[in-house]
Amino acid sequence: MEPILELKNYQAHFYTRRGIVKAVDGISFKVHPGETLGIVGESGSGKSVTHLSYLRLLPSPPLRIVGGEVRFKGKNILTLPDRQLRDLRGKSIAMIFQEPMTSLNPYMKIGAQLIEPLLIHTVMNKKDAWKKAIAALERVGIPNAEPAMNRYPHEFSGGMRQRVMIAMALTTDPAVLIADEPTTALDVTVQAQILDLLRDIQKDTGMAVVLITHDLGVVAGLADRVVVMYAGHVFEEGSAEDIFYRSAHPYTLALLKSTPRIDVPQGALPVIPGMPPDLSRLGKGCPFYERCGYHMDVCVTEFPTSHQFGPEHESFCYLERPPQ
Amino acid sequence: MSSEVMTINTTTIAPPIQEDDSAGVSLWKDAYHRLLKNKLATFGGLFILFEVFICIITPWIAPYGFDTQNLELTLAKPSAAHWLGTDTLGRDLFTRLLYGGRISMMVGFLASMVSVIVGVVYGAISGFIGGKLDNFMMRVVDVLFALPFVFLVIILMVFFGRNIFLLFVALGFTQWLTMARIVRGQVISLKEKEFVEAARSLGISNWGIIYRHLIPNTLGPVIVYLTLTVPSVILDEAFLSFLGLGVQAPMASWGTLISNGVEVMEIAPWALLFPAITLSVTLFSLNFLGDGLRDALDPKGAKD
Amino acid sequence: MGLRYLLGRLAVMIPVFIVVVTVVFFMIRFAPGGPFDSEKQVPPDILKNLNAKYHLDEPLVQQYLRYWGDLSRFDLGPSFKYANRTVNEIIAESLPVSAELGLISLVWALLIGVTAGGLAALKPNSMFDYIPMSFSILGICLPTFVIGPLFVLVFAVWAGWLPVGGWNTWQDRILPSLTLGFAYAAYISRLTRGGLMEIRSQDFIRTARAKGLSEGRVIVKHALRGGLLPVVSYLGPAMAGIISGALVTEQIFNIPGLGRFFIQSAVNRDYTVVMGTSLLYFSLIFVANFLVDIVYVFLDPRVRYE
Repeated sequence: MEPILELKNYQAHFYTRRGIVKAVDGISFKVHPGETLGIVGESGSGKSVTHLSYLRLLPSPPLRIVGGEVRFKGKNILTLPDRQLRDLRGKSIAMIFQEPMTSLNPYMKIGAQLIEPLLIHTVMNKKDAWKKAIAALERVGIPNAEPAMNRYPHEFSGGMRQRVMIAMALTTDPAVLIADEPTTALDVTVQAQILDLLRDIQKDTGMAVVLITHDLGVVAGLADRVVVMYAGHVFEEGSAEDIFYRSAHPYTLALLKSTPRIDVPQGALPVIPGMPPDLSRLGKGCPFYERCGYHMDVCVTEFPTSHQFGPEHESFCYLERPPQ
Repeated sequence: MSSEVMTINTTTIAPPIQEDDSAGVSLWKDAYHRLLKNKLATFGGLFILFEVFICIITPWIAPYGFDTQNLELTLAKPSAAHWLGTDTLGRDLFTRLLYGGRISMMVGFLASMVSVIVGVVYGAISGFIGGKLDNFMMRVVDVLFALPFVFLVIILMVFFGRNIFLLFVALGFTQWLTMARIVRGQVISLKEKEFVEAARSLGISNWGIIYRHLIPNTLGPVIVYLTLTVPSVILDEAFLSFLGLGVQAPMASWGTLISNGVEVMEIAPWALLFPAITLSVTLFSLNFLGDGLRDALDPKGAKD
Repeated sequence: MGLRYLLGRLAVMIPVFIVVVTVVFFMIRFAPGGPFDSEKQVPPDILKNLNAKYHLDEPLVQQYLRYWGDLSRFDLGPSFKYANRTVNEIIAESLPVSAELGLISLVWALLIGVTAGGLAALKPNSMFDYIPMSFSILGICLPTFVIGPLFVLVFAVWAGWLPVGGWNTWQDRILPSLTLGFAYAAYISRLTRGGLMEIRSQDFIRTARAKGLSEGRVIVKHALRGGLLPVVSYLGPAMAGIISGALVTEQIFNIPGLGRFFIQSAVNRDYTVVMGTSLLYFSLIFVANFLVDIVYVFLDPRVRYE
């Protein structure tokens, strides 16, 4: 199946006074229609910047897209003129964000905000758009959808606001939904609800979902495939099972081991020593070098090449065999 | 296949990246350095210091008495004898400018002190006690904010005479509102901070807390706004003097000089320009200094 | 809902107003050297007017209530200096002039301020930003009584384009209103720039962009409303400032407005005119602020639910 979204060697840097921050430095992965791809990484790994940058949602200086391709339905969108990218954005590729509390315009009723994508991207008139928006609200589980259209964001709780955001993204029937830490700011119980909702919607619409998060638990429940990112690079890519049960990269392993579990008795929680690197002072080698328990001399010289560990399972590390 | 326990390797071959050596600098030192980097603010500060110095030594450097008239030489252009020319009564403008500066600056600083005292007390009480009293006190401030106090000062001047002491106090009263708000804000945010709880749990009394914790932490913003209040007061005083309601003849402040200058500006523009420029540069300097202080003391760090 | 907020504001405004009126009343009565100081030599015809008007033989409380009665009929009493003129007459003659000056100044302030600030926000750190913002520092720091004479020097005396003073032709209106409005244009331009820039970095603007809206639509439909709120809030103090700034402007440009009469009365110690005019000004300011509050409630839905 052709991927609906594909990144090839994508590089995006920030040119700042203190130096060039290589936020995204040559990443590649694919998203297939109907699947959920989880992108996991700590803060600073570049997981959000990746998508914000190719959607041109970041100020451009200081950001500069330095290389690579981003293909949507086979076409490289990096070279599209702004106008055409804007047509894609919000219509075919929708994005929702982490902070539902601040991501909606507090001065506008949610109805007005909900119909906006429709009014811009389609030829629907206001009445029809209004109806579709109400339907979307109902789909995401907002009670009393019709009167809700005339309410303001601050009248809703965090979880409800996130649902509104999802509804807003769905109205145009996008092919890909990029969800940037959609549950991080929410309570655990609400998290579960939102994730269920996403799964549900995906089943109905066949939309692809890119789920960006630092929380492995979130990924475990929802993702078909997973990409692990660190310091602007992809370290490992594979099916959810590959990553969780057969992970081949020291970083992934370390992440998994440092995740608290309630089903297994544990002693002290193993921790990855050190701190994430300064992205403006990266060398050519593996950025995880200093914190890696398995590092070798060769790791400093050049970023590791890819090793296949399964039909879809790829890891970027010089280790011949997966560590235990 | 040997099963290895993942060894946590802490020795590294490449040296770890060195961060800037920030070995805990005190807030004041840090602020001082940041202030110095701000050229406008530093210039402003230096200029003010220079002016204060000049004000102090005025009696010794003024070439004439501020009231000495020379009816032969009215509205003379700047010359060697009269660096800034003379006014309609032949008085040396340079001297008048110097003495006027003394009055303007003195009124400015003293009235600001009044406003600081009133504002700090009001704000501290309101913030510390909190609750309904705080609510009410701040509502009052909100409404008073809307009134142009200049009118009240004018009224006071009309009714109670043109006493310069009264002028200080009245002007000081026009500015306390902002100070009160700021102090109250600080007190409230500090009140809730953990170190106050810690102090309390160690048994320090309320007064102890106020003295040793709240006041030092409030000093920063108070100083900033004090520096910004002074130009406002100087301006208010100049405003009043311009209208003839402030400092009375034969004393003159910059406002009076500007007013005189306006009357003759078509034939002797220097009489207007010199006091106007001096006043403006002073106001600029104070404002830049105040802005700089505000930025320097802001713990939230650099702008870009 | 916003009603509660507005009523809350009124609940404080009204007592303050009452206090102000009471203070005015007592000041007129008891100020040392004031009109009713028994040591003062008051010309007989004025004295007759005063006694008749103020019923000085009545108990104090009754006088006080009478004062409120007069005020409610907008009767501010006789002038203290001019035997056959009332404060109301004087105000009626000169208020329209000042009102016109004030309004034109406000229009200038908003036009110049919002445009400059808006442009600066659209193109930050460019010439459109640095130049207007530097000018705005001038406007904020320089007092009206420095700017006014400077404008006159440059545009009237040296260039000769505009008249030096007076209030007859439309050209007469230009310099005074520009002078008065300049400082407020400066503030408003900074507020506009700051407000718009802050809004721009808000998350919901990012959401709007993510939905595919054009930059223009993002600004007009999403950023403007929130971004201009600081300017709306500022209108209250701005109007108060324009009123007091008019005092100086009318003096400089020789405009027969209420401000100039006020100053003359202050210098002449015409107590009733001073007090009456002050009361009028205070009332105007209260009303203006209240109106601004109402507008604010309309614009910011979050306030309605406090």
